Amino acid sequence: MSTPNLSVLYDAPGPKARRRALIGSGVVAVVLLAVLYVVYVRLADQGQFDRDRWAPLFDPSDDLFQPVWENIWSGFQKTMTAAVLAIVLSMVIGTAFGVARVMSRPAPRIPLVVVIETLRGLPVIVLIYMAYQLLPDLGVNYDPLPGENALWYVVVGLTAYNSVVIAEILRSGVASLPRGQREAGLVIGLTPLQTMVQIQLPQAFRTMLPALISQMVVILKDTSLVTFIGGYDELLNTAKRIFQTANNPLQTLLLIGLIFIVINFALSQLAVFAEKRMSRRSAGRGVNTLHVDPGTT
Amino acid sequence: MSVITNNFDLFFQGFLKTLGICIICLFGSLALGTVIAGFRVSPVAPLRGVGTLYVNVVRNCPLTVVLFLIAFGLPEIGINQSYYVFGCASLIIYTAAFVCEALRSGINAIPAGQAEAARAIGLTFSQNLGSVILPQAFRTAIPPVGSVIIAMFKNSAILGAFGVSGDLLSNAIMLTSSRGQDPTPVYLSIGFFFLLITIPAGLLLMYLERKAVILR
Repeated sequence: MSTPNLSVLYDAPGPKARRRALIGSGVVAVVLLAVLYVVYVRLADQGQFDRDRWAPLFDPSDDLFQPVWENIWSGFQKTMTAAVLAIVLSMVIGTAFGVARVMSRPAPRIPLVVVIETLRGLPVIVLIYMAYQLLPDLGVNYDPLPGENALWYVVVGLTAYNSVVIAEILRSGVASLPRGQREAGLVIGLTPLQTMVQIQLPQAFRTMLPALISQMVVILKDTSLVTFIGGYDELLNTAKRIFQTANNPLQTLLLIGLIFIVINFALSQLAVFAEKRMSRRSAGRGVNTLHVDPGTT
Repeated sequence: MSVITNNFDLFFQGFLKTLGICIICLFGSLALGTVIAGFRVSPVAPLRGVGTLYVNVVRNCPLTVVLFLIAFGLPEIGINQSYYVFGCASLIIYTAAFVCEALRSGINAIPAGQAEAARAIGLTFSQNLGSVILPQAFRTAIPPVGSVIIAMFKNSAILGAFGVSGDLLSNAIMLTSSRGQDPTPVYLSIGFFFLLITIPAGLLLMYLERKAVILR
């Protein structure tokens, strides 16, 4: 990793400093290996490295191998279904919220701000539980919707939270544009709404693209919260059922974690890439919310 | 309404328990996050490697998966604790990765000229770091670290769903599921109590930001 601002803190290391760094590296490496060794021995004592714990996941000749991977594949698809639904709905509703908040007059803005701040202040898991218990109690019926009801609990909960987050991201994107963008639109005879939709919003989307992609990572991670309610076999719930059958919780969870990490790491890199491009080509001053929002909730 | 008045003590105790989890994890994740940030900028390569690996792995893994791994994994290496301890530990481990990145973005936001100027007037490395860079870095890092911490407060609700008993969400689940109370008043009340934590935290953050802002 490069540390551009720290390198100016000190001169290029001389022989003494290099020797110290080398000794430090050695000490750290030894300590790390020692810790790993203790963990390894203890895991081995518990039989965590036995073949029957790993075979269902990685040995194609094992009886469980095929059903296990069929389940993981279907869990993956369900995780993706929930994530894509929540992302698309959040984008659409979030854009509407953002535009409404920027363009409305002060009086109607008050209830809008109350709704936005309320949804933003509640944990996602609570919103999912509200979609599960509060909304049906208030008379909402999920049955006509396609798919399991639990899918809609998580989609509604995630959308309620993330649409207002996206609204705020877009609002700061619009605010970061130079004033001339809006003025030019009005001067050529566009209405304020046309100016917003045709001139400001597209640029705000561009400027905030890295932040929007980071928010997608958050949504994807948060789909696994539905596992607490059950009834929807996304990746984590699938993992629970697999390790109850194959009796290998650690191994299955590691595999599922790895799947999440690979997808999300790829998305994060995409966000970094987008940010690099935006910093060259965007009119607005991008607001770097990258890597900062920890799975919101 | 009687659901709320009859069970007010339950809501209030849940509120206190959630607040307690928030405070423990606040200090825990700030401490661990600072250590990891130190790892990531240190001149020792293996430490940097560990820091980078930690951040990339933990940040891209859902908190729920971290929770399950800790709860199923630690007993296997001989560490047996209550769900409460495991829950707090996972929340600290998860949040620390984001605290680390927020701190690092604070350090990176300091213009190189500041450090160069400090060195040009003859400050040593530790003087430079202690009286020029870090004071500015901490102030710059307040907004991102603050939003990470508020998100952590909200994440603490997951512990209730996970099986840590007595906090706001677990009490709500108990009231509606096993005691068969009406969900509407229960969820509206716990929503209110969560806002009682997150909205003041947000206002405090705004106040700190205004006080600490450095105009460039």
